[in-house]
Amino acid sequence: MSEQSSVVPESAAASLAALQAPRPMYWSVRRELWENRSIYVAPLLVAAVVMFGFVISTIGMPHRRRSTVLLPPAQQHAAIAMPFDMAAAMLVVTAFVIGIFYCLDALQGERRDRSILFWKSLPVSDPTTVLAKASIPLVALPALTFVIIVLTQWFMLLWSTAVLLPSGLAGSTWTHFHWFTQSLLVFYCLIVLVLWHAPIYALLLLISSWARRASYLWAVLPPLAIAAVEKIVFNTTYFGSFLKYRLIGGIGEAFIFKAPHSTDSLSRLTPLNFLSTPGLWIGLILAAIFITAAVRLRRDQEPV
Amino acid sequence: MTAIEARGLRKTFGSTIALDSIDLRVEEGRILGIIGPNGAGKTTALNAILGLTSYQGELTVLGRNPWTERDLLMRDVSFIADVAVLPRWMRVSQILDYVSGVHPRFRRAKAEAFLTKTTIKRSSKIRELSKGMVTQLHLALVMAIDAKLLVLDEPTLGLDLLYRKQFYDSLLNDYFDRTRTIVVTTHQVEEIQDVLTDLMFIDRGRIALTCSMEEFESRYLEVIVLPEHVAAARALGPLHERQVFGRSILLFDHADRQQLTAIGDVRTPGIADLFVAVMGNQPGEIR
Repeated sequence: MSEQSSVVPESAAASLAALQAPRPMYWSVRRELWENRSIYVAPLLVAAVVMFGFVISTIGMPHRRRSTVLLPPAQQHAAIAMPFDMAAAMLVVTAFVIGIFYCLDALQGERRDRSILFWKSLPVSDPTTVLAKASIPLVALPALTFVIIVLTQWFMLLWSTAVLLPSGLAGSTWTHFHWFTQSLLVFYCLIVLVLWHAPIYALLLLISSWARRASYLWAVLPPLAIAAVEKIVFNTTYFGSFLKYRLIGGIGEAFIFKAPHSTDSLSRLTPLNFLSTPGLWIGLILAAIFITAAVRLRRDQEPV
Repeated sequence: MTAIEARGLRKTFGSTIALDSIDLRVEEGRILGIIGPNGAGKTTALNAILGLTSYQGELTVLGRNPWTERDLLMRDVSFIADVAVLPRWMRVSQILDYVSGVHPRFRRAKAEAFLTKTTIKRSSKIRELSKGMVTQLHLALVMAIDAKLLVLDEPTLGLDLLYRKQFYDSLLNDYFDRTRTIVVTTHQVEEIQDVLTDLMFIDRGRIALTCSMEEFESRYLEVIVLPEHVAAARALGPLHERQVFGRSILLFDHADRQQLTAIGDVRTPGIADLFVAVMGNQPGEIR
């Protein structure tokens, strides 16, 4: 066997290689999903809990809905759409938490178990590997979260319709929960968050590629220490506000809340304001720098 | 063609010199054994060759710079660092899928055929396999890659005798075909003596000895000397002398076989004995 394959002329071997064109990026991402099943198991679990909670909450729903429809339209809307928004919010937060834990382990785990020596024995470059890992919080998790949110909301919509059908109030949910608009909103919100949080994920990847151990502590303690020192020395909380802005400020730049719009109206979206926020672009530049540094470190670092 | 060429290869960790300006040339089709004590720089040298560590000096592996072109180089190079590096969470089927997906020169059918001869199940996770089975799996992966250079760093460490024997048998019978090049480091020198074509001793970051195995066999001779001939034997200037069961065994470099036959039983020394002679020679004791 080996004699045959090794005497294949170079050109034939080359065409054979082209035939079996390797797809390192695709397989690197699949590899991440194999290793970190929590990426899809955790959101599915949360979705299951949300749906279960909603099913419980629909006990006695026809009775309550009768009084809800007597409220002014704005309050009606708030009461009916609230569970849907809550479900979406819980899944968005879940994705963020999974992304954080994933990034902190992504480049340290392979050094800890020495499997990096195996990964590096294959023709997959460091940029490909690090970008595949970065694509989990930046692409895979938001996409998955979007699909799960839409499916969860559809389930809630159909279930409440079924529960309310006998009492003839099913239409009230459909009037106040516009699934298509809601899906667009969720989509927009996920994109805003992922762009806004990109430097956080990238920084955590960098910490994970640099720290020999306890990447969690390296991620948490320095910010806490800076905030504490600032408070003690200057008695100010600028650093805390900065962190808060980086965590949730993107939403404030991308949505307008105080205007008297209907709650799910697309007119609340302010994409131009979001895109013209310096914080967004500074964050994205930092994310690119952090990821480049993580690529360099992965090349230089040895197993721990 | 030259598989590996290094000139002035140097690597330091802080003030520790791991490699001290090594010159190295490995031709295609050779099986080179790098032997040295712990901390001699063997693994550092291999890591430099594999693009896993930066270095000073010139180094070309299969015509490429390993540090800047590791991913391209790895199309033609396979390596087994040691048995513990396969990702423990992965399933056997997944690792086959993954390597087929990223490696243009991986022949999955060949790996599958090799695995059929073992008791490894496709659905097993690697953490469920015994150490010997993990080595078999790694060997199955590596042998299915049509690589030009295979690097083995202590590949049989921690394996029992049966698996160690099987490892080198498979390597020689199913893999090596005289166009491939193999570089291996190990402490189990006796089990690779018949496998190697070239030998290199490395100590404290320097090459202490380098020769082909033909050269080794013609150059080094060991004589078991009867007590009455010991003085005569010592006069011939042995490289090393040791006592086994009250008899002196003297190791000679470039000695006349006829002359030695007269004073005792002559044989080719083991690599381990030469290693002790070259490395363990206390200055002034024998020479």
